[in-house]
Amino acid sequence: MTRAESTAAGGVAAGSVSLRRPRPRYGEAVIRGALFAAALLSVATTVGIVVALIVPTVEFFAEVSVLDFLTGTEWAPLFARPKFGVLPLLVGTLVVTVVALIVAIPLGLGAATFLSEYATDRVRRVLKPVLEVLAGIPTVVYGFFALTFVTPLLQDIWLFGDPPEGFNALSAGIVMGIMIVPTVASLSEDAMSAVPADLKAGGYALGSSKRQVATRVTFPAALSGIVAAIVLAISRAVGETMIVLVAAGGTPNLSADPREAMQTMTAFIGAAGIGDQPVGSIGYKTIFAVGSLLFVITLVMNAVSIRLVRKFREVYE
Amino acid sequence: MSTTQTTGVEDPAVAEATSHADLTAGQRSIKDVLFYVGMLASLGIAFTALVALIALMLVQGWPRLNLDLITHFPSSIPARAGAESAVLGSIWVVGFTALFTIPLGVAAAVYLEEFADKQRWYNRLIELNIQNLAAVPSIVYGILGLGLIVQAAGLGQVVLAASLTLTLLVLPTVIIAAREAIRAVPDSIRAGSLALGATQWQTVWRQVLPASVPGIATGVILALSRAIGEAAPLVLLGGLTFIQFNPSGLDSPFTVLPIQIFNWVSRPQDEFEVLAAAAGVVLLVILLAMNSIAILVRNRFQRRW
Repeated sequence: MTRAESTAAGGVAAGSVSLRRPRPRYGEAVIRGALFAAALLSVATTVGIVVALIVPTVEFFAEVSVLDFLTGTEWAPLFARPKFGVLPLLVGTLVVTVVALIVAIPLGLGAATFLSEYATDRVRRVLKPVLEVLAGIPTVVYGFFALTFVTPLLQDIWLFGDPPEGFNALSAGIVMGIMIVPTVASLSEDAMSAVPADLKAGGYALGSSKRQVATRVTFPAALSGIVAAIVLAISRAVGETMIVLVAAGGTPNLSADPREAMQTMTAFIGAAGIGDQPVGSIGYKTIFAVGSLLFVITLVMNAVSIRLVRKFREVYE
Repeated sequence: MSTTQTTGVEDPAVAEATSHADLTAGQRSIKDVLFYVGMLASLGIAFTALVALIALMLVQGWPRLNLDLITHFPSSIPARAGAESAVLGSIWVVGFTALFTIPLGVAAAVYLEEFADKQRWYNRLIELNIQNLAAVPSIVYGILGLGLIVQAAGLGQVVLAASLTLTLLVLPTVIIAAREAIRAVPDSIRAGSLALGATQWQTVWRQVLPASVPGIATGVILALSRAIGEAAPLVLLGGLTFIQFNPSGLDSPFTVLPIQIFNWVSRPQDEFEVLAAAAGVVLLVILLAMNSIAILVRNRFQRRW
């Protein structure tokens, strides 16, 4: 109270000359500075990630040529006669990601369309949080599920050719797809809900059915947001570690057959980390080189996704 | 986000449109029905997977779901193994993560919402940067922790290193949630406080923050529940070591529950698979409890303006 009074008194003293406060408040400036520092920590984190990655990566490429790394077809960095071709890891990541997307895109978009266009408010309030639970389950539990349930199930019901191996990219990818359904669904639903009601009303006025409005009006109008959701989902899939580490096996394998065991970039990093590489050894540096590649890939995806989201927000909100 | 507002506004219109559409219900084609069934099926498959997962964990882990699980230390003999050091490790690591994350995250959110001039390039940079960090894979944070916190700073593979790494990992999520909670406080509250002569900080501290506590708490709990299930970054920080004692301080080696599960899954014996499932149930129960608290806080204390 005294503080407020003194401020008021100060204001009176300043009279009509100026409405500005009569004396600077140093305490406020200090607090503001501290808050700014906390916000700046996020930038420091990014800088930290880049620094942590770049130094060992540069050292790595002093020993291994960039061309060999990016085009080599054999990955055996921890062997006595090491091979540093990252292609098997990239292809492994790609195979698992594609399987995950084949699962997540239709399920996610189906769920989003239902929640945004068909569900009543009450249904949506119940279904949405339950769907979100899928994103909150620890990934190591998903890995367990893939290894001990999905893989045996696939082996049992497999009809054509050889069934999947005990460790395989397929079950890891399917379970990862389930995990990212909420990612696809919630962002897509946001985008669909942001489509103005008069656009949809226009569709109905022309005699369209609900499905026609959903697929021919809402979907195209929300497309940038939907693409953003999918790009973000890809980035999630590429960066996911524990599912592949548990269920996809630990052997680098340059193959497009999802029934085989494969190693992804993340699984390699995890496996190498478990192996406790001596600091400064080539094995230790390899973690950072693969990490840099992973970071760059996901960074590009995230940037694309953020840009697309901003686009649909600008158009409709 | 803005979803709730938008849906709130447009819903009457949609309902109206629906009733118009119903006038033509006679023409509903087989395609419409198939489309509807397809949508329900996608939700159905997702929920079936969720139910199957929970059921599998319960059934598989049932034989070992008793107090022994959390009162025994890991052992190479399955019958004697438990997850005591892992449960306590998780509590230590996530406890300190909370201690670091809450003040830092709220401070950053207050700055961005209440003080930052959005026109300045550095404020826009911070904002974009936080969005980006939120989507960086968790294993990359593990690399950051390994390279800078464990090695360069020389902390070693200890509780503090794990807590700091997880803090950096969940900070973006906390900041984003806290910003939304702060943004939801109406400007009239701020204007009223300022008009009574309060400074900007007094307004934030005595009006805005108390009003946004429920939203912030919800966001913090959800972020911490992510931290408690996280294994990938901690694998790089030496969390996989065989630990037969409870953490005793910030400088003590550790293991956490998700990593103990991973350890048991990757062993060949079936008995360990049972243990993994049982520990998975424990982890899911902890998460369920945290999420229920978050929902309770939100429904109980959140004010609608």
